[in-house]
Amino acid sequence: MKRTVGALLRKEMLVELRTLESVPGMSLFSLTTFVVFHFALNRNSIDGDLAAGILWVTLLFAAMLGINRLFVADSEEGALDGFLLAPVDRSALLAAKVLALLSYLVVLELVAVPAFALLLLGPSLDPGLGGLVAVLALGDIGVAVVGTLISALTVRTRARDLLGPLLTLPLLVPVVIAGARASSPLLALHASGTPSGRWLLTLALYDLLFGLIAYALFDFLVED
Amino acid sequence: MRALELEELARNHGERRVLSGVSLTLEAGETLVVFGPNGAGKTTLLRVLATLLRPHGGSVRVLGCGLPQEGWAVRGRVGMLAHEPMLYRELSARENLLYHARLHGLARARVVELLERVGMSDRADEPLRTLSRGMVQRVAIARAVLHDPELLLLDEPYAHLDPAARELVDPLLCAGAPTRAGGRRTRVISSHDPTGGLQEADLVLGLRAGRVAVLRERAAVRSSELVELYR
Repeated sequence: MKRTVGALLRKEMLVELRTLESVPGMSLFSLTTFVVFHFALNRNSIDGDLAAGILWVTLLFAAMLGINRLFVADSEEGALDGFLLAPVDRSALLAAKVLALLSYLVVLELVAVPAFALLLLGPSLDPGLGGLVAVLALGDIGVAVVGTLISALTVRTRARDLLGPLLTLPLLVPVVIAGARASSPLLALHASGTPSGRWLLTLALYDLLFGLIAYALFDFLVED
Repeated sequence: MRALELEELARNHGERRVLSGVSLTLEAGETLVVFGPNGAGKTTLLRVLATLLRPHGGSVRVLGCGLPQEGWAVRGRVGMLAHEPMLYRELSARENLLYHARLHGLARARVVELLERVGMSDRADEPLRTLSRGMVQRVAIARAVLHDPELLLLDEPYAHLDPAARELVDPLLCAGAPTRAGGRRTRVISSHDPTGGLQEADLVLGLRAGRVAVLRERAAVRSSELVELYR
């Protein structure tokens, strides 16, 4: 299983490095959105709930770009069939796609969070940075698992660009709510430095629940 | 050993029945050639045998395993060459074959050997999207036989190949050769060439609108009968 996940992940990274279709688009989208918010809000700085909301909604929509493209290379030229013919556990594909999407999200956040702090955030990010990393990590796992599941579901449909967001966004509302609530105290004027435990637990439970659902369903989604 | 045992195989696409009442047996090491006009169900039959599509009726045994229940035991023993190359356009021939070799637990040396045998060593590191269709077909053939499968499913295998390339890949696609698993290689070939296809066959299957129109040993089939299928 480890060998198969490694082979799949390596292939994912190679394809992304060659095409540069997901990560640059996601990063540019987040930067553009922050600039738009900067001018639309007509405020020099934001903090607390508003800052957390804008950060999470922007990251979610940027993630949608990556989710929509997650299986595109596999659906072209029958490449997914090549994997389905191999004598390997199909869950390896789920694991590799989740890990690939997670790595895209990490790169996205390495670009987006500093840009957010520079363009919009009033208070310094330093006191709450450790907590924010933990909240983002838990949120990313949820986004990656649900995104992979929906992407696998819609890849064989013609309207995947439409169906993907329509199915993914409602499922990810709990991640945005919990992520924003957990991040809010970290982005407040007098940041506490620790995220809310209740919302962190909510994110962890969400990740676990959808991880199990994805594991149970994935085989059926990629098979005939 | 029987490589294929089909009994009243049926398969639908939505409401439409694309395969119906297909029954046949094929011994290991033999070649079944499937003829029929576009939409006759040839590709669907191959995809069912490859475990990529579930049968919707009848019973299917491939290499002694019942489908779809024992599909996991068949994968890895079957190699398929389809209309689509089942490769990544952005990756090179070498990267694509190494990816499949890792999935099948094969050594790197096997990839190098096959690139050589399909005459792609010189251009093995160029992205597939920059190669001609014939070259991609050669890489797809290398992918299909990479793991030395006991059953080869070939959907118009010589499409896009010039005579020299055909000569190059022919030894890789031959039937009856001993496999590493100890059996003899069996083939199912979909063809539109009544004369050439017939020469390859031990058993001939002619499909029309998903139903069996011809099912006989090669010696009992005239190529004019097959031409008739397309009218």
